This record gives sequence, C-alpha cells and structure tokens, in this order.
Amino acid sequence: MTQATTKNIMLHYPRKLADKPIISNLIREYDITVNITRARIDQDEEGTLVIEISGTKENVKAGLDYLSDLGISLKPVSKVIKRVDERCTHCTACTVVCPTKALAIGNRESMVVDFIEDKCIGCGLCIPSCPYMAMEMIE
Amino acid sequence: MAKTIQEINEKIRAKRACIFTAEEIVGYVKENGLKKAEAEVDVVTTGTFGPMCSSGAFLNFGHPSPRIKIQKAWLNDVFAYGGIAACDVYIGATEIPDDDPANKIHPGRFRYGGGHVIEDLIAGEDVFLRATSYGTDCYPRKRLESYINIKDLNQAFLVNPRNGYQNYNVAVNTSDKVIYTYLGILQPHLGNANYCSAGQLSPLLNDPYYRTIGIGTRIFLGGGAGLVTWQGTQHNPTAERGENGVPMEGAGTLCVTGDMKQMNTRYIRGVSMLGYGVSLALGMGVPIPILDEEMARFVSVSDAEIYAPVVDYSSAYPNLEPGIITRLNYRDLRSGSVTIEGKTVPTAALSSYSLAREISEVLKSWIEQGKFLLSEKVESIPGVESGQTFKPFIMREKGGEQS
Repeated sequence: MTQATTKNIMLHYPRKLADKPIISNLIREYDITVNITRARIDQDEEGTLVIEISGTKENVKAGLDYLSDLGISLKPVSKVIKRVDERCTHCTACTVVCPTKALAIGNRESMVVDFIEDKCIGCGLCIPSCPYMAMEMIE
Repeated sequence: MAKTIQEINEKIRAKRACIFTAEEIVGYVKENGLKKAEAEVDVVTTGTFGPMCSSGAFLNFGHPSPRIKIQKAWLNDVFAYGGIAACDVYIGATEIPDDDPANKIHPGRFRYGGGHVIEDLIAGEDVFLRATSYGTDCYPRKRLESYINIKDLNQAFLVNPRNGYQNYNVAVNTSDKVIYTYLGILQPHLGNANYCSAGQLSPLLNDPYYRTIGIGTRIFLGGGAGLVTWQGTQHNPTAERGENGVPMEGAGTLCVTGDMKQMNTRYIRGVSMLGYGVSLALGMGVPIPILDEEMARFVSVSDAEIYAPVVDYSSAYPNLEPGIITRLNYRDLRSGSVTIEGKTVPTAALSSYSLAREISEVLKSWIEQGKFLLSEKVESIPGVESGQTFKPFIMREKGGEQS
C-alpha cells in the first residue's frame, strides 16, 4: 500500500532556472498535486515559491530530489514564519488575518493564540497585522 | 453587612482577606448569591491590557555641566516636549520620529515611536538623548547629546491623561476597500469586527458608577503600583447605560500615574498599528472593595451582560456621524464570530484578555501577600449626577456662538 503525504515547502530558485517549466515537470513526471500558495520574483530575478505538494510518499520524495538536483533550495514553510513568544500578548488581532487558521484561538476560555506551524503557508500577512511586532519572516 | 476599606485593609494585613478576580467572582455569585458574596468577599481584582494612546512619560535627566534649559529634545530620534522646567521633558506615546514617512506610502508601518521609547527605557536599554536650547545666562548650554538610562534618571513616571476606557466601540468596515485604523486592519464588506476591552475583567465596568474608583485609588500600572490622579480626558459619565447600570458605549476614563522604575515590559509595550501610528499598550488593574451588596452585584457582571456599539469606521466614525449598526455583548465578541446585518463576521481584539486575566491574578496575589493595601479615594470623579458629557468640537469665528 502506498502512503499519501502532504508537505508545505518554500522553494528558492536561482535566476538560471526562472524560465524553466519546473512545476509543470514536477506534476507530470512525478504525479504530484501542487497547490501554489505564494510566488514572487525578486529584482535580481531569483524566485521564491511556496507550494503545498501531495502524492504518494515515494513520488513526493522523488519530486523533491528532482528539485534539489536542479539546485533549488527547499525549506519547510513552518520554518519561514517565527513568532517571538515574549512579544506576543495574545491580543488576537492576527487571527482574522491568517488565511489558513495557523494563528487561532484553541481555547476561548484562556483566549491564548496558538501558532500551528504545520498550517502556516508563509504568506506573511500576520507580520504587519501584529501591533506588537511579534511575527517575523526568516527567509 | 457593610464593610469599610479600613476593615478590609485590616484583613489584608492579617492575611485573612478573601479575594477573587473579576472573572472568578462571576461564577461565585451565580452559585452562592449576592448576600454570601457581600459577606464573604472583601476584594475583587480587575485587569485590562490594551493600546492606550493617551499615555506618556515625564523624565528628569538632571543637569549636565554647564547647565541646559532644554527647549527641544529627541529620544532615539522621537521628539519629546521640553516646554517645561529646564531638564524635564514629556514623551508622548504616539509621537513618531521626525523623519518617519508616516502614511506617505500608505499604509505606513510606524515601526518605532514614543511608546517604544517608553518600553526601551523600562527594559533598561540605553536611549540616545539629543537636546537643543537657545541658551541663557543661567543655562548657557545650547546642545546636549548623550546616552541615558532609566536607572540614572532622577524621575521617570507615566502621566496618562486617558486610560482604562469604560467600554469601547467595536469597529467594522462597510466600504469596499481595506481600511487601517487604531482598531486594526478592517476588511471591506464587514470582513471582520475588532474590539478592545477586557469586558467583565475591565476596571470601570466593575464599578460602573465610580463608587470606589476615584482620585487617590491605588492601582496596578505596567507591573508596578500607581494611582488614579484625576478623571480622564473625554470622561463621559452620562453615556447611555443598560438596566444594570453598565455603559453601552465609551464612557468613563481615568488619568493615571505610576513610577516607571517599578514597571515591567511584560505589562507595557510599544505598539505599531499599520497605517495608523504608534501607541503604548499598557496593563492596568484596580482592586474593588466589596463594601456592600450593591458592590457585589456590580462586580458580578459577566461578559454576556456588557454590550458594546458596532460602529462603521469607513464613514460614520471618521465623519463624526451619529448612528451605530448594532450592539454586541462581550461573550459573543469573545466567541470569535458574531452576526452583523445578517452576516457572520469573525471577531478579533486589540486588547489581550489573557494578559488582563494575568494582571487581575497578579494584583490578587499582591493583596493576598499583604503587599498591596487598598486606598480610600480622596475625591470622586464626576458621576451621572454631574451631567458631564463628551462634547464634540464646534468650529467658529472669534466671538461666534459657543455650544
């Protein structure tokens, strides 16, 4: 039996790969479902792409190896946004901005804001919405 | 049986006082009734934590040699008012650096300002002082540049003209574009509803007619002990009230003072509001003596019984137009979603309920340990009987009709 897996990954790819159909290859060659949640090309034409990929464990591994071999750096999205816990006051302002409920109140009695890193897609909307500057991007 | 504050203080000294937080007392009264609460409970501790823009600090640096009469000063490039005695300044929470682009590129980030200078000072960080003067015979120095630290200052104390607002608006946006307000980012078409009150934990919501909270009341402020020193600006005791006496809109306010050297940055923080500006978030806690059954009833108020007005910040609020969309209670606001004009709207707060609770617990522990005694107010702040209102500004010519 093949096991299915889903991963949120941030890709950084160099200028020389900017015009290559990498995501298309990833889908066609490795039978992986790709959901692009964020894409950006910087001034120096280097690209950043945040994707959610799902497929069988073997296919996902082979697909990620394909990306690495091309020279693309891969990073789990959960490592992209950091909460500085001592700055967070649990005011809840971020919870209506976060599109994936990675920042959410688990318990309405305590009103404490949980940061569920696995749900984070690294969009960064929480950063300017936080009055206490508790959210940081570490790209 | 009625109690006096002196009798309560005797019990606190003897470590026999019975103390509840304003959250705990709700369930206690529900279970045991008001008579038992009046008899058994001595003090209820309240707490609130949120942005309180009308805040600032007086600092005294001492004189350098030769002396200077500071005319203008900047702390980490944030302007501080020097139009008072020679080496005193007042730094306001919402002041931004002279070269901050503000909202020229909208929405501005406002990453640093007066509130952050106050936080840095309390954190014990060195802060850069730059001051200028025109020079006098007695105060010849015209320039001063140096690092300063709170521990070297003669005095550093907050004087906050308007804190602890008794209830507040819930902000929404009915327009079709995002707006950036002091109540946070508001998404179009009622995309979210933002509020800012600790509700059942909030000091003035537990003493709605200011029976025990007045000038001279000793309070928790920013992690240290402070005092209520006056009615706050915009204090409006005649705001609309519910049958339980609790205001259903912004009403009373307090002017408070506290020694910054006692404070702790867990309870006092610089704030950056996207597209709006900087501010200072502050923790305040007020102990309420349970003098009689009426006070027991007041402190037993729960979130479900406190209503706040929903106001459109895309048009009604900025244009000072009357009219509220609806009223919502804090139980529903805290639930994470409310219904406004038939639409399900997610809610968020700018104030921290969890820190408000923590402050009420810290104050409770101070009183339990006999470290914090209650003070008798020396004068009341204006109540309903004063007829005092919050008047709008009326533009007029010289000698024109006054309101």
